[in-house]
Amino acid sequence: MRNKLAEILYNISKKDKKIAVISADISPAGKMAELSKKYPKRFINVGVAESSMISMCAGLAMQGYKPFAYTIASFSIFRPFEMVRIDVAYQNLPVVIIGMGAGTVYSTLGSTHVTIEDISIIRCLPNFQIMNPCDPLELEECLKYLCKKNNSPTYLRIGKSGEKNFTKNAVSKWHFNKPRKIINGKKICLIATGPIIKLYFEILEKLKEKNIFPSIYSFHTLKPINSIDIKKIFNKYEYIFSLEDISEINGLSSILKNAAFETKYRGILHGFSLKDQYIKNYGSQGDLLKSHGISANIIFKTIIKKSKK
Amino acid sequence: MTKITRSIIKKSDLRCHSHRKRILDLSQKVGALHIGGSFSSVEIVDTIYHLLMKKNDKFILSKGHTAVLQYVILVSKKIMSEKFLNSYCQKNSKLGVHPDYGTPGIEASTGALGHGLGIASGLAIREKKKNIFVVISDGELMEGTTWEYILTISSLNIFNINLFIDYNGLQSSTFSKNTHPTLTPINKKLKAFGWSVRSCNGHDVSDILKNYNKKEVNKPFALICNTTKGFPIPYMMNVPLWHYRSPNKSEHKEAINYLTKFYNKKNEK
Repeated sequence: MRNKLAEILYNISKKDKKIAVISADISPAGKMAELSKKYPKRFINVGVAESSMISMCAGLAMQGYKPFAYTIASFSIFRPFEMVRIDVAYQNLPVVIIGMGAGTVYSTLGSTHVTIEDISIIRCLPNFQIMNPCDPLELEECLKYLCKKNNSPTYLRIGKSGEKNFTKNAVSKWHFNKPRKIINGKKICLIATGPIIKLYFEILEKLKEKNIFPSIYSFHTLKPINSIDIKKIFNKYEYIFSLEDISEINGLSSILKNAAFETKYRGILHGFSLKDQYIKNYGSQGDLLKSHGISANIIFKTIIKKSKK
Repeated sequence: MTKITRSIIKKSDLRCHSHRKRILDLSQKVGALHIGGSFSSVEIVDTIYHLLMKKNDKFILSKGHTAVLQYVILVSKKIMSEKFLNSYCQKNSKLGVHPDYGTPGIEASTGALGHGLGIASGLAIREKKKNIFVVISDGELMEGTTWEYILTISSLNIFNINLFIDYNGLQSSTFSKNTHPTLTPINKKLKAFGWSVRSCNGHDVSDILKNYNKKEVNKPFALICNTTKGFPIPYMMNVPLWHYRSPNKSEHKEAINYLTKFYNKKNEK
């Protein structure tokens, strides 16, 4: 995803001189290196200085530029939080903060680099919108939208590398703030936010063998919340499962549970989220997720069990 | 190069005298005025607005708690109306203690210390022909972000930043030398970070201008303005209580009387 990010920002930067990428010592992967060489004024590395990155972006946005703050998710908002809160959120400036390698992506680097709390924190900042695309193609849609139409502080949560595309033949087109149907099915709805959607696709064939034909949705915009579209999903499906590489507090499952309460949803709603616990173990991303009760197999078994009721 | 003539200085002195009087009058309406730090910055902020800033230049008051001073000066520049200033901190008013975006003449919402210089770096980095002026307090030099910005600005060759440090030696609770005896020397630290640094008497407009005129090219510029918190009111000067407190009626009268005498004496010279 970071290569796609670099490619798209590079391509847009060629035409749009207002684009500014402010990074905090992140290696310029893919086209980002070319962007920094060809347009040094549009790619600025402030070094290991996250507060400088955020405040500088605020100043740039005040001058009419379109700044993207770019670093690893675990450093993009926690260290400079007061700058995110006041300089960007409160002043309602169109700064895009990119959290790269969010969630459990940096699975061998420990809890300093694992980002489970980012969405929980950003969601309660007024003015902020949050995007969490599920694959490189969706990221491209997000970036095009952000470069052309954005007027708000935005947290763009992305993975790192090797993500497959799942949305090439999606049933619905991407629209900002609209849950997007990727696969059309019946009775059961599988909603995911972010690249973790891949776990649904891993079990899709096995579910079909069991005569289960679920719809799959990408919930790429976590804020603002589109209550109308969520209600439509509730009206349409008897069983709804959510999946996220985010804390159970204030993430996708929280959004859906709140909406279920408000709409008096009578079906089965089950969420797969990271627990409210720091991760002390290492291994692959799959290993970390499994320790928090998330794997393709666990999801498969849960769907079978719950949908029999 | 900014001109320094007797007439310019006389006009500045009169404006600064009026600003202080206006702040004292406003103090009778609100409890949370931050008069001490406002009085230490009067000559600095007035000089920036009236003698240094050109069209399209920007100003950020990073020591946002003394915004009442900025408002009074914005009125003197006719950027803010007198009527709006009179609504300061009143019921349903849009004008509060700290500078807020959307207020006429205010670039950024400050008040949490250690933000203004960072925002200034963003205002400056792609707009090299504009001068960005920032006023911070010496207390803000205790904030880690201030030093991060100082390092970032010089490292990225952002030369169109002019940082005025209101070095009144006091923070909210006590003298800065009590909590941070190693804060000084400030000039050597800033120079080591690649800044052009000068020091001046922050209550002497002529001295502020003289030293501003000597800033080096191709470096960000910092002017350490030696000031006194509460200046020139004797009972306020260097007394931490006057960081926040508004004078009562008799204290107000005493301050106005003293200010008038002080100005008349200065004007005789």
